[in-house]
Amino acid sequence: MPDLGLDVLGKGSNLLRLLGGLGIALRISLIAVVISIPLGLLLGTLMTGKNVVLKFFLKLYLEFIRIMPQLVLLFLVFFGSTRVFGWQPTGELSAIIVFTLWGAAEMSDLVRGALISIPVHQYESSQALGLTKGQTYCYVIIPQTVRRLIPLSINLITRMIKTTSLILMIGVVEMIKVAQQIIEANRTASPNAAFGVYLVVFVLYFLACWPISLLAKYLERKWG
Amino acid sequence: MKNLKKLAALGLTAALTLGLVACGSSTQAASKNDQAAANSTKTDQVYRTLDEIKESGAINIGVFSDKSPFGYVDENGEYQGYDVYFANRLAKDLGVKVNFVSTEAANRIEYLQTGKVDVILANFTVTDERKEEVDFALPYMNVSLGVVSPADKVVKNLDDLTSDDSLIVISGTTAETYLIENYPNLTLQKYDTYANAKNALENGNGVAWVNDNTEVLAFASENEGYKVGIATLGSKDTIAPAVSKGNQTLLDSINEEIKTLGGEQFFHKDYEETLTATYGADYEEELVVEGGVIK
Repeated sequence: MPDLGLDVLGKGSNLLRLLGGLGIALRISLIAVVISIPLGLLLGTLMTGKNVVLKFFLKLYLEFIRIMPQLVLLFLVFFGSTRVFGWQPTGELSAIIVFTLWGAAEMSDLVRGALISIPVHQYESSQALGLTKGQTYCYVIIPQTVRRLIPLSINLITRMIKTTSLILMIGVVEMIKVAQQIIEANRTASPNAAFGVYLVVFVLYFLACWPISLLAKYLERKWG
Repeated sequence: MKNLKKLAALGLTAALTLGLVACGSSTQAASKNDQAAANSTKTDQVYRTLDEIKESGAINIGVFSDKSPFGYVDENGEYQGYDVYFANRLAKDLGVKVNFVSTEAANRIEYLQTGKVDVILANFTVTDERKEEVDFALPYMNVSLGVVSPADKVVKNLDDLTSDDSLIVISGTTAETYLIENYPNLTLQKYDTYANAKNALENGNGVAWVNDNTEVLAFASENEGYKVGIATLGSKDTIAPAVSKGNQTLLDSINEEIKTLGGEQFFHKDYEETLTATYGADYEEELVVEGGVIK
């Protein structure tokens, strides 16, 4: 067994600090998920509507968020809002704003895709059966859309959790930053610590994302 | 379908244009802020004056949290290191609490320009380009290049080398630029990462490794059989605290503090407490700047 330098995590409160970092990462991404998923559902439905002007602006919003690297968005909100408007958002608030904007944009596109993937004959058959428009959506379209959306949105949520590793650039000390601090503080005492600490970080990210995948599998089976 | 594609293309173009405009306006706003700071107009300033800091009871100091032994966090979650030691003293003498902000090398200037910290004490090397963006106080440390080589064949002077001996450098560092400018006839072996350069020296691919002197000193003390033959090579740069451009009251107070601390040999004590473990006692005089006076 090679020396992975895992003993550095036993020193002082290192392991607790690492878990605290994970806590911050999860808090930011989950707040963003809770706000952005309903927002994305709403925007996505509007994107399949008939209002051309509204659709244009939604598309504009989506493309703007999609082509911008998340790091640039974080800098725009954290530093840009101070330069232009004189606001002083904390790093954590800036991260929540960016992740919400990003999540809502990507979610809206997923919803739009899922909605237009429902074949026209589903609508027509419902009509032929005498269902009203509301009933058609409630009993036929939405259940099928939701089923298609589950794997896609799980993918988005886990990506949001993982992307919190960027927020160290705006001064938020989350799990990766704590890991770097621990590795660097023990640079001479345990030079191999980098491998061991990052291994633990990997396991912790996995433990954070895995239950979400399990939940998705359960929901797919239940509604499938 | 065709219309949809057109719409998407239009949206994309518009988004791009918007992005460009947004970038343009933010740089404009930035230069406006700089001007405002230069004129010291009270209304538009981004920074907090000395009185405002004292009134609030806490000073925000940007430090590294993962650059041992200058600024790092120990196993109890406490900030430690050469820069932090000074930061704690500065706050104590101002009579305020210190609030450490974890900064990265790439965003130190931005933190000062947006007033998100009052002082940067993150091993900040004074350069002419940076002087345009921030105000530096008196220096408290020296940095320059250094040369490390195997202990059985120590390189003491670069002039003794011929073009047959190759020197190891890391691409993109000040060491590379310096050697190309000042020793154009020497052969350089360039490596992309620290780890590769280290391997190259250990395998004997080159006669010596040129890097920041703090790095080579640390390398020699951590690895048996290597010796720093030249501890100071080329131009000496300094490390100094920095404040937002135009924050004169805070700048004056830090300068005053550094001068006063010279009387009690504060930075020598700082070195002994935080750096001796890494660099040994021999380089104290090379690295420490006391009272802001460069010898």
